[in-house]
Amino acid sequence: MSEVLVVVDHVDGAIRKPTFELLTLARRLGEPSAVFFGSSDKGGEAAQKLGQLGAEKVYVVDDTEIKGYLVAPKAEALAQLVEKTSPAAVLFVSGYEGKEVAARLAIKTGSGIITDAVDVEEGGVVTQSAFAGNYTVKGKVTKGVPLITVKPNSAPVEEVGAAGTVEEFAATISDAAKKAQIVAQQPRKASGRPELTEAAIVVSGGRGTGGNFEPVEGLADALGAAVGASRAAVDSGWMPHTFQVGQTGKVVSPQLYVANGISGAIQHRAGMQTSKTIVAVNKDEEAPIFELVDFGVVGDLHSVLPAATEEINKRKG
Amino acid sequence: MNIVVCVKYVPDSTADRQFESDNTVDRVGVDGLLSELDEYAVEQALQLKEKNEGTTVTALCVGPEKAVDAVRKALQMGADSGILVSDEAIAGSDYVATSLVLAKAVEKAGAENKVDLVMCGMASTDASGSVVPAMLAERLDLPQVTFASVVETQGDQVRIKRDSDTATEVIGATMPLVMSVTDQTGEARYPSFKGIMAAKKKPLETWSLSDIGVDASEVGLSVAWTEVTETTARPPRTAGEIVKDEDGSGATALTEFLVSKKFI
Repeated sequence: MSEVLVVVDHVDGAIRKPTFELLTLARRLGEPSAVFFGSSDKGGEAAQKLGQLGAEKVYVVDDTEIKGYLVAPKAEALAQLVEKTSPAAVLFVSGYEGKEVAARLAIKTGSGIITDAVDVEEGGVVTQSAFAGNYTVKGKVTKGVPLITVKPNSAPVEEVGAAGTVEEFAATISDAAKKAQIVAQQPRKASGRPELTEAAIVVSGGRGTGGNFEPVEGLADALGAAVGASRAAVDSGWMPHTFQVGQTGKVVSPQLYVANGISGAIQHRAGMQTSKTIVAVNKDEEAPIFELVDFGVVGDLHSVLPAATEEINKRKG
Repeated sequence: MNIVVCVKYVPDSTADRQFESDNTVDRVGVDGLLSELDEYAVEQALQLKEKNEGTTVTALCVGPEKAVDAVRKALQMGADSGILVSDEAIAGSDYVATSLVLAKAVEKAGAENKVDLVMCGMASTDASGSVVPAMLAERLDLPQVTFASVVETQGDQVRIKRDSDTATEVIGATMPLVMSVTDQTGEARYPSFKGIMAAKKKPLETWSLSDIGVDASEVGLSVAWTEVTETTARPPRTAGEIVKDEDGSGATALTEFLVSKKFI
């Protein structure tokens, strides 16, 4: 069976959950091989977990000459690995970096690319969601090695117990690839809550919060959820841009999305419409968000959310 | 400084967007306009022009004849000249082919006066793939500084701030390069009346594939490296239950719904 490369998304060795979802999808296409950019120590540690969740092989690519630069060196290294392994496909997490590394790799290897997949089936049929979730699109890569970037929460994580055999891969990085330098890097502060794109539940607030996110955060914590915000809330300076859900922010696809004081403009919908269950709380019964919901409460979030939070905490005992 | 800003003509995202019978995006039956996210790229290009004397900004678009509207909007905002690459053979092109056409057009635009900066929006509002800027950089053999939320330049030195998924980064590079910007860079200007009048006199050229040295067999739907096999309108969500909150009833109903769905 051919190998399927899965590019590992990690922060200093800590693997992010969407990578494990990719391993599940990769197994439908062939034999998963993870690609880990980092030191051999960190790679060795990561290989255990990656093997457990489906990787037969783990290529560890020393990143000394890669980590200080944006995108291009990773694409170069992957092109060399693709050349060596002739994989059935390469899977990436759909984020800024995954998409752009895939984009450069597509040109380098003469391969077709599909972004923002929400499912990958046997035979390489890829499902996407288009036009702010109003259409479902199926397609295939027809030339080269299929390069597919996959949205978080698109597949379950499965315990497989594969070998996870480490193989060091030495890549040659050209000077031309080292021209966009990462001058400074400030890791995002841990909020103690799940990461927005990975979370199973997202609780968001918009203009209707009036800048007070306490009720939203209270409900989020009761549900073990991530906190999100609409563009209106971000533009008002109430929440940092990294919390923004929508076309120009994060695209989320959780099991449950709770929109509070958010009217539901098309730009916001583009970021959350594929959520499995949608709930809204809004004072305005005409708000377009109510067209999307499985359950809605017409009411003031400032009274509904704290009361609901109290009830939920009571029930949890 | 010679800046080329790539602008895309997209179906209005507030209209009823749809696919054609061949599974390509309907770009004719639905009203189109300059992709909102490219307006931020035009804005940043114009701000660089204002700061750097002798800078020219050229708006470049690939699309059907109607796409000239997108170029015209960029001219009205303040770009100096416009180029539309339009050719029937281009219809249905995927990212890979589109990036080829853009790259060849950038090369031609810079034949006499080297292009220092290729500006793009962070994504289009129709396909929203965000991959064309990186592909352009790869094809032009240039560094990329992409998803910029803040742009700073000094001579040919460029620094951007980028909010990636896990960190905030500062990226530095030297021109020539490809840049993409997010809506965080700041609101795009509206064309003024003066700008609209002036745009009518600005040079606007239409190039065909042969003008940029691309063979028709390299682009279009039939040679795309990806194939769309099926497009299905998502069934409208079945109307959910909506309750009115009266004296705290909303919170109880909400909690019960979440319990019934096993979220609690």
